[in-house]
Amino acid sequence: MTRTLRFREALREAMVEEMDRDDRVFLMGEEVGHYQGAYKVSEGLLDRFGAKRVIDTPIAETGFAGVGIGAAMVGLRPIVEFMTWNFSAVAFDQILNNAAKLRQMSGGQLECPIVFRGPNASARQVGSQHSHAMEHFYAHVPGLKVIAPAFPADAKGLLKAAVRDDNPVLVMESETLYGVKGEVPDGEHLVAIGSARVARPGTDVTLAAYSRMTYVALEAAEALAKEGISAEVIDLRSLRPLDEATLLVSVTRTHRLVVVHEGWPYGGVGAEIADRVQRMAFDALDAPILRVGTLDVPMPYSAALEQACIPQPDRVADTVRRMLARGSGR
Amino acid sequence: MPDDSVASPSSPEPTKPTPVAATPHPELDHLAHLYRKMALIRRVEEESARAYAEGKVGGFLHLYIGQEAVGVGAIAALRPDDYVITTYRDHGIALAKGMSARSLLAELFGKVTGCSKGLGGSMHMFDKEHHMLGGYGIVGGHIPLAAGVAFASKYRDDGRVTVCFFGEGAVGIGGFHEGVGLAALWKLPIVFVCENNEYAMGTPLSRSMSLEDVSLKALGYGMDRDRFFADDVLEVERRVAEAVKRAREQSTPTLVEVRTYRFRGHSMSDPAKYRTQAELEEHKRRDPLARARTALAGFGEARLAEIDGEVEAEVADALRFAADSEEPTLEVLERTTYKGDFAY
Repeated sequence: MTRTLRFREALREAMVEEMDRDDRVFLMGEEVGHYQGAYKVSEGLLDRFGAKRVIDTPIAETGFAGVGIGAAMVGLRPIVEFMTWNFSAVAFDQILNNAAKLRQMSGGQLECPIVFRGPNASARQVGSQHSHAMEHFYAHVPGLKVIAPAFPADAKGLLKAAVRDDNPVLVMESETLYGVKGEVPDGEHLVAIGSARVARPGTDVTLAAYSRMTYVALEAAEALAKEGISAEVIDLRSLRPLDEATLLVSVTRTHRLVVVHEGWPYGGVGAEIADRVQRMAFDALDAPILRVGTLDVPMPYSAALEQACIPQPDRVADTVRRMLARGSGR
Repeated sequence: MPDDSVASPSSPEPTKPTPVAATPHPELDHLAHLYRKMALIRRVEEESARAYAEGKVGGFLHLYIGQEAVGVGAIAALRPDDYVITTYRDHGIALAKGMSARSLLAELFGKVTGCSKGLGGSMHMFDKEHHMLGGYGIVGGHIPLAAGVAFASKYRDDGRVTVCFFGEGAVGIGGFHEGVGLAALWKLPIVFVCENNEYAMGTPLSRSMSLEDVSLKALGYGMDRDRFFADDVLEVERRVAEAVKRAREQSTPTLVEVRTYRFRGHSMSDPAKYRTQAELEEHKRRDPLARARTALAGFGEARLAEIDGEVEAEVADALRFAADSEEPTLEVLERTTYKGDFAY
């Protein structure tokens, strides 16, 4: 059986269940308690769990990210909410130098079972400083895990898995997804970190995406279907670790790959996927792997320009058409 | 504790020191105990410098020589299960908290028998068993962690106190203010010990801070504060004990500024040209190690010589152990980076 939940409700349910299960789990962040969450993800949690376990912080990301890491290294299991991942930039040192490295630089003595979560990438016209796709920075770092669900069921199952993971796990949500509804299985629902899912089967081209871009890829696939082009959409769900096997199986069948994500073209998750797939499935490819990402400029405020910068279904579909036209002589 | 087994040391631990004869002066016994710890730190650091010059130790090396009374005195005020965390000038703190000289020197030598399997080096001395939660290389970056450790103690009501050491050079960076501010806001059981050794690398406090008194920083956070010189290890212990008592009994933090001096440069590459020889000599005349030895006159020269001999033997053994130990091999890397499967 399933129920229809919004994305934010699925995340909330994951936190409630994990906090009920394990009293070492607590939630900390700006406005998570009395305000009920800047995006209402943590609505009702303060009433349910009290101020000891739902902790409002001052605006001090370095401080409370570090507090979470310190608490994790002596055995608690914190969930630290960033109001948005943009603000994690001022806590980057804590995540990079402490969370990611504690285990290795202590020779395996210490562990850091912590979850950092919050909305990532563009919202709607929030300008250049509030629209970063931060997953590219973090997926670069050994010692971290980075996940980016697109659907409520995965949001719940992956967040629960993240809380139970003994490593630092960074959960990339999206302000534009919090209201999206989806079916969520009843009962205990866990999704393994590191497993992608075929969101739409197809035969002519593989579209790899995650978070909100999964919906963009699905929309592009729908448009392409009307032209007789069958696109397979893979929802990556997890960026580090990356599910290479699911990608390779798909590409071996479709012979073409387009990666769709927010974030700039220089380096990043798409470049990483392109590198791996060309190395491991070179003979299967009929065309160069292409990426559809955010244009290579800071995000503008203008609604029209912002939409032009963010990957849209049209741009994805055009990329596929160009790719197929190039390869049509085979 | 590590879930990865490591080759056992090839030679046994040094024999336990022979107990000295009973004395009617428990205070002197206690001072002798602290003197022994300070002497061990001094000798380990001297040998570390020598090994560095011989190319046996790589990277950075920040010596604790001159500051021994701070770490030894402050940690003497703690219970064994209390937590300690510090900066990259961490050798003395680690030894004071109970890490063996073997474990420390093997780490410096980059050997798998080191406290952090040779993966951390001089700046990252960790000893979970002794609740030494590490040395950290980014100035001020560990101060929020310390607040988090104290947060966990309060969350669990485990009665433990955290002592967080850092230099006066850390009070300019945000991590200090955010960590200290949260500890004050949430009334965490923690003592912040600022080891004011007068120089942040080559910059004196007078050129880096608008105040001369670091402990005044506590006022803005509504915290208790204290400020004193580290000449006398017993005084350090007594004063830090007051802050530890507040932390343990009332769960309130304190900023303690301990005024000290490092006799060597910031690191091995620093000739310390920013200070005069006269200034250095003046501070060396106040050497807390020498002062403790003088104060132990009533303890008897023979017994002091016995302690010194034990320290020499312990250091010599640790140097041999470090030199003879194996280097870590590649397979240690992935399993120390992630718990469980490597996330690639």
